[in-house]
Parts: sequence; structure tokens; C-alpha cells
Amino acid sequence: MFFELPLLSLLIWTPILGGVLVLLTGSDKNALEAKVISLLVSVVTFALSLPLFGLFDTATATMQFTEQHRWIESFNVNYTLGVDGISMPLIVLTTFTTVLVIMAGWEVIQYKVAQYMAAFLIMEGLMIGVFSALDAMLFYVFWEAMLIPMFIVIGVWGGPRRVYATIKFFLYTFLGSVFMLVALIYMYFQGDTFSILQLHTLKLNLTEQILIFLAFLIAFAVKVPMWPVHTWLPDAHVEAPTGGSVILAAIMLKLGAYGFLRFSLPITPDASSVLDIMMIVLSLIAVIYIGFVALVQQDMKKLIAYSSISHMGFVTLGFFIVFMIYENTGSWNGAALGIEGAIVQMISHGFISGAMFLTVGVLYDRMHSREIGAYGGVINTMPVFAGFAVLFAMSNAGLPGTSGFVGEFMVILSAFKANFWIAFLAATTLILGAAYTLWMVKRVFFGDIANDNVADLKDLTTREFTILAILAVAVLGLGVYPAPLLEVMGPTVDNLLQHIAQSKL
Amino acid sequence: MHDIYLTIVLAPLIGAVIAGLFGKAIGRTATHRITILAMAISTILSAYVFKYMTVDGNETYNATVYTWMVADGIRFEIGFLIDSLSSMMMVVVTSVSLMVHIYTIGYMHEDDGYQRFFSYISLFTFSMLMLVMSNNFMQLFFGWEAVGLVSYLLIGFWYKRPTAIYANLKAFLVNRVGDFGFLLGIAAVLMYFNSLDYADVFKAAPLMKDMAVEVIPGQTWSLMTMIGILLFIGAMGKSAQVPLHVWLPDSMEGPTPISALIHAATMVTAGIFMVARMSPLYELSETALSIIIVIGAITALFMGLLGIVQNDIKRVVAYSTLSQLGYMTVALGASAYAAGVFHLMTHAFFKALLFLAAGSVIIGMHHEQDMRKMGGLKKYMPVTYWTMLIGTLALIGLPGFAGFFSKDAIIEAVHYSEIAGSGFAYFSVLAGVFITAFYSFRLFFMVFHGKERMDEHTRSHIHESPWVVTLPLIALAIPSVIIGAVYVGPMLFGDFFSDSILVSSEHDVLAKVGQGFTSWGGFILHGLQGPAVYLALGGAATAWYFYMKRPDIPGMFKQRLSIIYRVLENKYGFDDFNEKVFAGGSRKLGGFFWRVGDEKIIDGIIVNGTAQSVGWLASVLRHLQSGYLYHYAFAMIVGLMMMLLLFIV
Repeated sequence: MFFELPLLSLLIWTPILGGVLVLLTGSDKNALEAKVISLLVSVVTFALSLPLFGLFDTATATMQFTEQHRWIESFNVNYTLGVDGISMPLIVLTTFTTVLVIMAGWEVIQYKVAQYMAAFLIMEGLMIGVFSALDAMLFYVFWEAMLIPMFIVIGVWGGPRRVYATIKFFLYTFLGSVFMLVALIYMYFQGDTFSILQLHTLKLNLTEQILIFLAFLIAFAVKVPMWPVHTWLPDAHVEAPTGGSVILAAIMLKLGAYGFLRFSLPITPDASSVLDIMMIVLSLIAVIYIGFVALVQQDMKKLIAYSSISHMGFVTLGFFIVFMIYENTGSWNGAALGIEGAIVQMISHGFISGAMFLTVGVLYDRMHSREIGAYGGVINTMPVFAGFAVLFAMSNAGLPGTSGFVGEFMVILSAFKANFWIAFLAATTLILGAAYTLWMVKRVFFGDIANDNVADLKDLTTREFTILAILAVAVLGLGVYPAPLLEVMGPTVDNLLQHIAQSKL
Repeated sequence: MHDIYLTIVLAPLIGAVIAGLFGKAIGRTATHRITILAMAISTILSAYVFKYMTVDGNETYNATVYTWMVADGIRFEIGFLIDSLSSMMMVVVTSVSLMVHIYTIGYMHEDDGYQRFFSYISLFTFSMLMLVMSNNFMQLFFGWEAVGLVSYLLIGFWYKRPTAIYANLKAFLVNRVGDFGFLLGIAAVLMYFNSLDYADVFKAAPLMKDMAVEVIPGQTWSLMTMIGILLFIGAMGKSAQVPLHVWLPDSMEGPTPISALIHAATMVTAGIFMVARMSPLYELSETALSIIIVIGAITALFMGLLGIVQNDIKRVVAYSTLSQLGYMTVALGASAYAAGVFHLMTHAFFKALLFLAAGSVIIGMHHEQDMRKMGGLKKYMPVTYWTMLIGTLALIGLPGFAGFFSKDAIIEAVHYSEIAGSGFAYFSVLAGVFITAFYSFRLFFMVFHGKERMDEHTRSHIHESPWVVTLPLIALAIPSVIIGAVYVGPMLFGDFFSDSILVSSEHDVLAKVGQGFTSWGGFILHGLQGPAVYLALGGAATAWYFYMKRPDIPGMFKQRLSIIYRVLENKYGFDDFNEKVFAGGSRKLGGFFWRVGDEKIIDGIIVNGTAQSVGWLASVLRHLQSGYLYHYAFAMIVGLMMMLLLFIV
């Protein structure tokens, strides 16, 4: 039955139209209706995304659930959708996270509730659009549009410096996107198409490739974010409301990484190969330099934001070590391990960073402070919550048995094949990640009750418990049994590697 | 058999989950009953497996439980490898764990975290079993880190104490330094063997003997040396070898039962077990073996010396553990893997006994751990006294007791070893015997004999511990006496480990030690001809002279040799160095990257510079627009959606 439904379109438009419906509930008098509708819409969207997983054919690398309609004929722009083993898990991650974010905002958001909920629903649809678009123009439209609700979320429900943070976020991301647009238009003139799959086979000489690669790099590096274009992220996170931080960390950062897989590597394989050292160095800087920066943060959200940058360094590292593995060992063995590890890291980071920001949110809602120094001994008054926090912290530190381990493990194994020292430097995250995460846990949760505010804390409400418990199951589930996820992405990654192994020159 | 193995592992896990999630709901008694029952099942089945493997002599069992994932054509699996080595480890782990579970009823009965504690120790047992039963490197690493996690949770069990939560963070981070090397070692194995399965790797290893790698350009190393060293770095962290030993003394901040279980009997021996398990790899690199023997010798000698100046009863035992782990490591370096593992087993029993006895003393003394405030406890705590005496005699290696057989075998093996560094190691282990006996009896005399130095209030409340405490002491005292005599023949000189430990003939020092071995009695007679026994007796006698006969002498030494004393008291300065250089340095570096790199350079110059110029531009264009950002934004979205919808429909 589901084969006949345009599943991807449904996934994109259900939350967007649902969001419009929520907007219609109007003022905060009808806040409850707005919340109930939002939750329903997000749950329905999540339910719609499950057949995507269930009916996915894991034997093939071709696009599935495809749809095609003409859009702007004169420029050969089409409304083309489809998913493969890379984008499908990310869509499920998006629908999953949105449900949690709606729940997380339930009591916390007090004014303009309908608008808040609608922003997240619309954002959900647009992000799914990014992940499923197979037409570069369509991709670009979704890519740009999705930022707008996020600006609004930070700008309206954000903290005191929200204007600075929003403008910084806007400047960075807008600057990046413009270059991408130029690259897309250039390729349109070369190949007379915006179809991403056709662009994959578009002949380009090395100079063209390098320029296109760099244009994409600016767009994607900002989003990931990679060092040195990362400084918008800590500010954006600090000012964003909890839900905004969760979506930002769990989904939006993945869009940049997704861009590398969908555009940079397949369209400009030779440029990727030539510039891989630069990408590896930038990734390692993210892992190590940012790890040290995270160590000295006093603001919990900033710490987690830096930790995100550091973890995303593993993702980009996993993508770009593949060429060096080939140079070093003469075979592509182990390359898939790196890319698959990076994708697992993306999914896992979605769970963990979401969980970490929600944890901070739980504390912030009670004490209105993000400063580590304001806390101490929280475990005494919130033991159940402390249990979750330690679990997520350990996962953030890459403990085996949790999802945080899987991706890092695979990327380090793979990096070793490229070069001992790359693996060596990447593996320092074992120490750094544990240091900054557990040091924070020590100062916030352990010790005697630090002050009266901590003494008055109440443990988790049922709603908070439910959210964190769902995430805990996800984190442990992926850590104990990652096989299904790997099965989904295997053929797609193999196909991608075969493609980029072929020089376009 | 598959189901039995699965039950052995899962029973403690189920116990841990029940105690952890529902402990508060079902209450204290139900919690300890359930976890102890689960542990008992696991222990009995382990004993059965031990018999099945070693007495009945069944074939090694190697099978997959489930496929964790398949990536890039490599299968990552969870599976069991059960042979004599793992079945022996299973018996040691489950039986000590069972004793500790029972002991905990008495030791922790006043603690609010009673159920949580049971949950942790059961979880630990699960993790440790996963580690020793693994048939591949990935699961080994899984167990390796999981025991580290539980150790972290248990050291910080009393989370209100600043010292405890400092110690657990330190323990986790130092272990992570070891794991860092360990993980790279695993990556190296995967790269060159294209498999993480023990059987595949061990089979292919001899073919790789002469393979060279270039880690630093221009310098070629043997592949096996590199793998061996990297994996051994992991062992140094977990088994607390210098310089990664710094976490173990501090780990004594945790409750005593776990000091016995985790930080003496089982977890800290994981590194020893791992190297023995990897013997087919280590046999191919003499360089790696040399490094192991030297590190082990340093640990055995210098950590023993620190035991002399400690006044906290648990810390004395902790330094003795460090020193004994050094002995085991020396044995590994001398290719006497069986002797190292044999010492691991005897040590597990007598050191668990010593810790639990120390814990019994601590209960009796109302949580006083300073030996200077003890003395004369013999008459108050007879069971503790006698069992502790047995443990002490086993530790110093009095002929006939368990520790004698294993320690003497190590000393003899090192004597025969020709590997670089074995001369120094031989000196260290011999000197260590004297030192061990000295600090052990120093503890013994200070606690149980001499003047009663506690205050009147404490003295009036001293009593022997309840049966749940003394029963495990007695139960552990039995193997501390007999297990050496029973297993010295088969484990060291028989073919007990022939299915699991591989020693190349040119390294086989145990064969030389075993020449002329007839029975355990003969081994004792042979031992009496060597220096070790007399060094041990000398150490004990010196302790008696110093602390019973002439108690003024230690004070005199302290004054005369104040420099040496201070060096020992500062633990050779490792802690200060780490705190200043690594911890302080990292914070400084982080601060520099943040304040200068991120804020001054990237934000200050590049971003805000751009923002200012954009701001200027915006001020020119400002009259074109007015209103709020989100008004425009919503208009944009609605417009986009209309466009899209129009074209689709």
C-alpha cells in the first residue's frame, strides 16, 4: 500500500501544513490546542517515516521512494525526491527528534506557543526536504528556507544576546550558501541540468572541480561546522531555547556533512582527492583544538556546543581519509569503514547531543542558569536525572555499548589504514572527550549540595523522564546492536566509493 | 553449552538491571537475594565449565553470540572463546564476586546506596565476564571499557566526598590514556590482519613475524613490536603499571568490598590476562617482551617501597597490589605467561582476603583507617586476625601457602630468562620479596599486636564482624592456603594452558624451571634452596624487630633518612607532575585556544570585522526596509510554499 503513496512528499508536507494549521490557532489562549495538534502532527510524521525504514530495500544503492514532477520547465528544474541508505536514516532521525522537541517545549514555552510549535514543524518538513531532494535547485530552496524558522526560534524565544547570535548565524550561513548557489548555476550551464544524480556524472576538469569543491566547502563547512568557521555555533546554542539547540545540534549540523556526501565527494572526486589533506587537517583541528577549548568552558551549553564541533570533526575525518587509505594501502579496503563510521557518528551524535542539550534544559528550567559553577551535588536532589546525565555523558565520551562508541571506533580503525598519526591524533578524543564531559559531570552532579537552589531541586517530571528514557533506549540500542543501521547504508556507501574511485579527468 | 555460557554472563546482568531499576521498589533484602542468587548461578555454572574444560578435557569452544555489525566486509561480533584460560578466569571472577556480594550485606548495611551498590557490583561482574570470555578484540575492548565505567561509578560511590569524586575522574582518565594505546593496537591488528577475531589473528601472526612498519618516517619497526607495545599500553592503564599506576592508590576512596573485587582481584588483572591471551603475538617480539619485563620490574620494586611509608590500612594493601601486579607483568615479560596467570589466580584469592579482612577491621574500628590509631586488635577480632594472618603468609610467600608457589615460579622463571632487562627484573623481584614481607608484617603488627592506640570510645565498641563478613573471609582463606599446591603442577609444568597460551621453545623458561619437578612437596624443597624464602622470613623478622621489639627505630629512620622518606611520601612526585603538567597544562592550552584563537583572532578580527562592514552597508540600505525579522521570514516561507505547491499540483 505504501508503495503507492508519495511517502516523501507526505513527510515533507504533513508537518509544514500541520504547522500552518497550528499557526491558525492564533494567540496563547489556545495554547493547549496548538500543543496537542503539534504533537499529533509530529507523531504522525514520525509514524509515516517508519515505513521508510521498514520497506527500504537494503540490497540496492539506487534511489528509492522516488517522485518526480516538473517545476520550472524553462530552467529544467524538477521536484524530484528520493532516498538512499545515507539520507533515509537521517530523515527518520529528523522525525524522531522533532517529536521529542515538541514534548520538550510543552510546559517550558509560555508565550507565542503556537508560533513556536509551528516553527519546529515547518522546519521539520523543510529539513526532510533537504534530505530527500534530488534536484539541486529544490535542495537549495529547502536548504535556505529551513534556516528561516531557526532564525525565528533563536531570535524570538532566545536568550538575552539572541540578536547578536542570530545575526552571526545568519551571516555565516548566508555567506556559505551564496557560493553554493554560484557553483550550482555554473554546473547548470555546463550540463543543462539540476538533477543531482546527473551532476554526479558531469565531466569537469580539475580546476573546475577545485573551484566547485571550495564553493561547496564554504557552504557545508559553516554548517558542520568545521574549524575555523565554527564560532557561530556556541553563540547560537547559548542563546537558543532548548528545542532550538536540540534541532540545531541533532539535525542541522548533519546537513553540512550530508552535503559533502551528496555533492562534494561524488561531483568533484578529483578535487576531493587533491584537497583531502586540507580536510583531514581541519578535521583533526576540530577534534583536538576544540576538545581543549571545551575543557575550559564554564557554560554548559557552550561546552556541549564545542563538544559537538569536536565530534563532527570525526564525521568529516571519516569522509576524507578514504583517498589516503587508497594511496597508503593500494586498495579501497577500509574506506567504507571510514564513511560508514562517519554516518553512524552523525546519527549517534543526533541522539547524544540532543540528549545533552535536553539535560541542560532540565536544569535551566529549574534554576535559570547554565553556569557550571552555579551547580554542584545535583545528584543528591535529582538522583534519577543524574543517572540519565551520567549515561549520556558516558556516551558522549564514546563508551562502548553506547552509540557514541560505534562511529568513533570505526573512524579510528579506518584512519589507522590511512596513516598511523592521523589515527593517533584522532584517538586523543578518547582522553579529551572523557575529560571535558566527565569533569563537567563531576562539577555539576557530584559532591555535596552546593547551595540552597540545588537543595530545592525537584527530580524529573513524567514528561521529562519519558523524553530522556526514549533517548536512553536509542543511545543504548544503537550501541549494542548497530547492525541494522549498517545494513541500510552498506550498498549506498559501496556505490559511492566506486563512484569516487573513478576519476572524472 | 552455548546456553550455559550465555547464562553465566546474563545472570549478573539481569541481577544488575533489577537491582538498579527496581531496587528501591523491591527493598534491600529482595535486592541482595536476587543479585546473590544470580551470582551463585553464575559461579556454579562457571565451576562446571571449569571442570568441563580442564578436568574432562573438552575441546576449546569458539562461537558467535550475535553479529554486532558488518561493515566494509568485516564482521564485528559478540562471541565466546572458552578454553582453560578463560574458564579459570571465570571461576576466579565469579567466586570472588560471590564472596564480595555476601560480604557487602554486612559492610554496606547502613548505607543509603545499598541497592545501587549491588547493582554496580553485579554489572561489574557481567562486564568482566564479557572481557575474559571474549573471542575477539572488539568485545575485549567493550569489556575493557565497561569495567572501567563500573570502576568509575564505584570509586565515586560516596559522591559527596570530594576525594572520591576526584579519584574516580582521575581513574577514568588515566585508564583512558591506556585505552588510547589499546585502541590503536586494535586498529593495527585490523589493518594488518583484516579481522578482529582471535583465532584468525593468531593463526596469521607467524606469517607477519618479519613484517616491518614505518611509523616515524625513516625508522622501521617490527609490526609485532608495534602491536605488542600499543596493546600493552592498555594493560599498563588497567593493570596499573608505572607510570599509569597513579589511579590505583586513589581508588581506595571507594567502599572496601570493591577494592577487593575490582582493584585487587579481578579488574586490575585484566591487563595480565590480556597479555597472556595475546601470547601468540607477544612471542613474536622480544622488544615488546623486554619493555614489559622492565616496566613490570619497576612497578614491582618501587611500588612495594611505597607500601612501607603508608599509614592507611587500605593504602598499604593497595601498594602491595601494585607491586604484585608488577610481579605478574615481569612473568609475562619473561614469557612465563602461565606463571603470571597462576600468580593472578592465587593473588586474587589472598588479596581479596586481605582487603576484606582490612574492611572487617575498618568496620570494627568504626571506619577508622589509620593504622597509627589501631593496635592489639587480636583479642577483639579473632576470626579476622587468623584469616588475615593466612592472607599475609600467602602474600609474602611462606612455603606451602598459595602465594609461595606462584611467586617462586616467577622468580625462578626470571632467573632463567635471557631477555634484555631480565637481570634487573631478577634483582627487583628478589628485593621485592623482602619489602613485601616487611610492609605486610608491619601492617599486621601495627593493627593486631602491640599497644591499643585507639581512643577509649572506639575501643569500647570494637567487636568481631557479623557472619556475613567473616564467612567470606574463611571461604577465601581456604584457597589462599591450598590452591597453590593443587595447581602448581598442572598449571605451570603440565599442559593445563596448552590450548590457550603459546610459548616459543627458545623463550620457554618455565620448562627449565620445571626440570625435575615431581610434586608440590618437591617444589617446596627446591624453593628452600633459593634465596626468596629467606628474604621473606628476613622481612617479616625485621618488621617484628622494628614494630614490636624496638618501636623507636622507625622514627629514627624517618629522621635520619628524611630525604628518602619524603620522596616516598610524595610517591616519587608522579601525582604532582601529572597535576601540574597534564591537568594544568591542558587547562592553560584550552584557555589559550579559546580566548586567543576563537575569541580574539577568529571572532574579533575576522567575523566581527566582516559584521562591521556589513553593518555599515546595512546602514546605507536601511531605509529600504523596516519591521521585524520574523515578519519577513514568515512571508518568505509562505511564498516559497505557495510556489512549490503550485508547481506540484
